[in-house]
Amino acid sequence: MSHLSPERRQRCERLIALYPEKRSALIPLCHIAQEQDGYLSEPAMVEIAAMVGVTPAEVQGTATFYDMLHTEPVGTYVVGVCTNIACLLAGGDELLAHAEGALGVRAGGTTEDGVFTLEETECLADCDIAPCVQVNHRYVRTTTPEALDGLLAELRAGDRADEIPTHGTLIRVERTTGLTTDPEAIAAERAAKREEAGA
Amino acid sequence: MSLTDAPRIVTARTGFDDSYTIDRFLATGGFDGLRKALTMTPAEVCEQVDAASLLGRGGAGFPAGRKWSMLRKSDVSYLVINGDESEPATFKDHLLVEGDPHQLVEGVVIASYALQVSQAFIFLRGEFALGLERVQTAVNNAYAAGALGQNIFGSGFSLDIVVHPGAGAYICGEETSLLESLEGKRGFPRIKPPFFPAAIGLYGEPTVVNNVETVSNLPWIVLNGGAAFAALGEGRSTGTRLFALSGHVRNPGVYELEMVKHSFRDLIFSPTLGGGVPSGTGVKAVIPGGVSAPWFYEEHLDLPLGQDEVAEAGSMLGSGSIVVMDETTCMVKAAWRITRFFSRESCGQCTPCREGSGWLERILFRLENGQGRREDLDLLLDLCDNIAPGLAWPPQQTTICVLGPSIPSSIHSSISRFRDEYLQHVTEGRCPHA
Repeated sequence: MSHLSPERRQRCERLIALYPEKRSALIPLCHIAQEQDGYLSEPAMVEIAAMVGVTPAEVQGTATFYDMLHTEPVGTYVVGVCTNIACLLAGGDELLAHAEGALGVRAGGTTEDGVFTLEETECLADCDIAPCVQVNHRYVRTTTPEALDGLLAELRAGDRADEIPTHGTLIRVERTTGLTTDPEAIAAERAAKREEAGA
Repeated sequence: MSLTDAPRIVTARTGFDDSYTIDRFLATGGFDGLRKALTMTPAEVCEQVDAASLLGRGGAGFPAGRKWSMLRKSDVSYLVINGDESEPATFKDHLLVEGDPHQLVEGVVIASYALQVSQAFIFLRGEFALGLERVQTAVNNAYAAGALGQNIFGSGFSLDIVVHPGAGAYICGEETSLLESLEGKRGFPRIKPPFFPAAIGLYGEPTVVNNVETVSNLPWIVLNGGAAFAALGEGRSTGTRLFALSGHVRNPGVYELEMVKHSFRDLIFSPTLGGGVPSGTGVKAVIPGGVSAPWFYEEHLDLPLGQDEVAEAGSMLGSGSIVVMDETTCMVKAAWRITRFFSRESCGQCTPCREGSGWLERILFRLENGQGRREDLDLLLDLCDNIAPGLAWPPQQTTICVLGPSIPSSIHSSISRFRDEYLQHVTEGRCPHA
């Protein structure tokens, strides 16, 4: 019995086919599992392991290395406030403190209703609009406490759902073609050419 | 010094609202560089890149042409684009990935043709959700236009590009860590030698890893010739470069400037660029090339923005990101925050980096919060010395990768220059800026 939906399983299979080695699809597959469950659940990790040919422990051991992969449930909206150097100079600490007050959780925590998880992040590469805030890895460009309050209210009301999908949905654009080249055939052709040139 | 009228090479389209669309791309010379490249031999394309003297734009500044020439001959080899952009205060590739994804794809096809690889990967940091969508769209468009896939534009050359999302780890910007991550593993940098993935890279095969900005220059270089590129800038620093300016300036942003022809002062104070320091106070310190770089001060502001010029002055142009800190900034807090970043992002393989970064962070934290001791300053420097012996620049290394020896930069810089400010935290028992 598959934990991932049939549609997602198909996407996983298409992704695996893009890589010379299956294991390369491990992280993209983890993103797809997060899209379904909102986080990287145990049954999903077991299924990914089987698909890419590693043990479930290897999936977990890899996933826990990366900040974006959550092995525990998180909120529908993961709000990340950057406090790294450029944002620090622009009041990142103060904005994070305001977010903690507004949501009633400390950084790292999830609101009781499960709508928001607040994270203090490292640099998100948008330092000219500082402090930088992302929701579900989408730049929202709210740099003041007032703007952040407005954003949280809009998210709660569902007004930004089109622009900011629920947590886990990362890439909404599907690849439209599979591989068109056959690396093995190309390698064989090159080897033959070289042999010809050498002979 | 006035601004030069050098052309905008990589940001020519980003002024348009629809710069990321295939329509804008095709209406503004899109794929012209690729079409021309395909009429040349791969060796001729490499010659143009050599003639351009294009230095890698990721941070190390290694000549791209030389990196290409090191690719070991093999039946299978790969090109991997490093779009992990995570060096704090670096946000130039962000602009290119979201603003001109087709130019990036065109550059990747040109590089792949020059290197004769049939599979390329574009690795983008996972936090670039919009960028991932735009680059995937650009790849889809390129396939539909015949610029990707089999027999590209009838040339007989075939290539597939796979867009690969990261999952949040600074260390994956280190090229061997990136390859590990692309293989579906933890982002642990690989032991050197081999120093270059061109010998042993992805899946053990020869691999070239190039930065997003580096390959985005290729369509222009092919169209206009390497000599035209090399005519811009001075010495080894040719062409234009993206500078990401942030911190205490009126107009933070990404500026494409001719290399060497402008100074830090131009970038920070010119009304058409940074616009000066809003508080009206002076510049207390400048980070010239990402937080791994030793700091600069007022007396360095007239240095030109060139790779060798900055290196000779004891720092690095690195990722081209420049952070301005005005007189109101607490140097202890700045150093602490940067050190905490390294502590959080250390992959954990090497003891000096893993343990050292944590110790340094905790000592800086107690100093910043008024709990420090006088002898903490020497303790900090001693720990830094254990990570990068001699505290020289470029640093000595006790670790597998350069993350470790990057840690001392902000600490060594701030203590050397602002020892009194550190001591003030100790004697007053609090941060004087709080």
